[in-house]
Amino acid sequence: MSGEFVFQGWQRPDGRMGIRNHCLVLATVACAAGVVREVQRRLPEVVAVEHAHGCGRSGPDLGVQIKTLAGLVQNPNVGAVVLVGLGCEVVSAALLRSTLASSGKPVETVVIQEVGGSRKAADRVEALARRLLDELGGQPRRKGMAADLMVGLECGGSDTFSGLTANPAVGKAVDRLVEMGGTAILAETTEMIGALGPLLKLAKTEEVAAKLKAKVGRQEARAREILGPLAHAVLAPGNVESGLTTIAEKSLGCVTKGGSSPIREVIDYGDRPAKKGLVVMDTPGYDVESLAGMAAAGAQAILFTTGRGTPVGFPAVPVIKISSNSELFEAMPDDIDLDAGTILAGKSIDEVGEQILGLLLEVACGQKTKAEINGQAVFAIAQEGPAF
Amino acid sequence: MAVTAIRVHGADNVAVVAADVQPGDVVRLDDGRQLRAVDVIPRGSKVALDPIAGGQPVVRYGERIGEATKDIAAGEYVHSHNLA
Repeated sequence: MSGEFVFQGWQRPDGRMGIRNHCLVLATVACAAGVVREVQRRLPEVVAVEHAHGCGRSGPDLGVQIKTLAGLVQNPNVGAVVLVGLGCEVVSAALLRSTLASSGKPVETVVIQEVGGSRKAADRVEALARRLLDELGGQPRRKGMAADLMVGLECGGSDTFSGLTANPAVGKAVDRLVEMGGTAILAETTEMIGALGPLLKLAKTEEVAAKLKAKVGRQEARAREILGPLAHAVLAPGNVESGLTTIAEKSLGCVTKGGSSPIREVIDYGDRPAKKGLVVMDTPGYDVESLAGMAAAGAQAILFTTGRGTPVGFPAVPVIKISSNSELFEAMPDDIDLDAGTILAGKSIDEVGEQILGLLLEVACGQKTKAEINGQAVFAIAQEGPAF
Repeated sequence: MAVTAIRVHGADNVAVVAADVQPGDVVRLDDGRQLRAVDVIPRGSKVALDPIAGGQPVVRYGERIGEATKDIAAGEYVHSHNLA
């Protein structure tokens, strides 16, 4: 990247900057999925999100569902939202709306049982969404800087090169972003098992170190409790095929994505960081759930490395795919945005880190990522307890 | 044939081969050190740089990634069959 890190974004009432200005149509419960899908068919320009959550759970999982759905609405890339509920669910449109009062965003609700069924609900949502899209189209842009950005870090389908090329290059980009006042979230606690050594060296305070130990220790204990002697199976078959042998080996490569800045804070899944700079979020290693936690925290973009190749994207939040090897970049050109495999051919990690930062700026300026072009937007929330 | 292997940290006793390796191939590290491969080693997999006795730590990124489940000779393929 050369020159200043400046983009034109949309400032939300809470002060945060969006790099997209989406109208979100969000099902509050799985039962509203059909209506949301119909609205997406009629209005391709909205971001329609359906999921398997919203009812049938209790206790902490329910709180996480509400927090994550509300966080998605509050994500700065979302300009306005239509919440689509069924009417008898736990996470109702009214309940979700009540958590959003402070966001200052336009929030509309449609409840299927109240408006007379699916077709009428889809008509009503469509009309509201058309109006909101018009309003969003007229909103002025404002200048945004690196300090306004929060990026989520993710790796999916890792191979042995991930820790040698794509992840350390992302780490360099993160170092630069943090130097300029920005924020990055290192997530995937499962992929910190065996990598506490390097993470503790970055811990800014005793409190951060203690929390890192507790979160990673808990995840490791859970893996052992549930998987027993198969605990190493938290590696996916593709990881092992590519030459990764142990979870520690995968983790040590994985955490290089965070770079070398001090870890300022350790937060729970879906929580918003209170500090800028490098923060750690406690999430599963499972990509799609981890992405939801970081989007709910307010990440406007995701830097996502892959060795095996994954098309996964996320609603309203651009996902930038970085390949760890050039063969993958050539084999899946429609899914990968940038090739860090060039490091194996002699490019320096610093050079590719700058390229990643440059691409992040272009995406912040509006350039679509491959996952956005492909309409790859999957949404799932991390859950721990049983369904009822 | 000579194949490059990538070692990240000076304390590492394994390195990742950048191309498929056949027994007898020369494996070359970026510091100029060379060793001869004993096994077929698929691209992206690990080669032992030093002899590693069973029970001893296998080190990559300067950190322990597991331990040898049997004696490993320099130049051997290191994966699930001898590392856990």
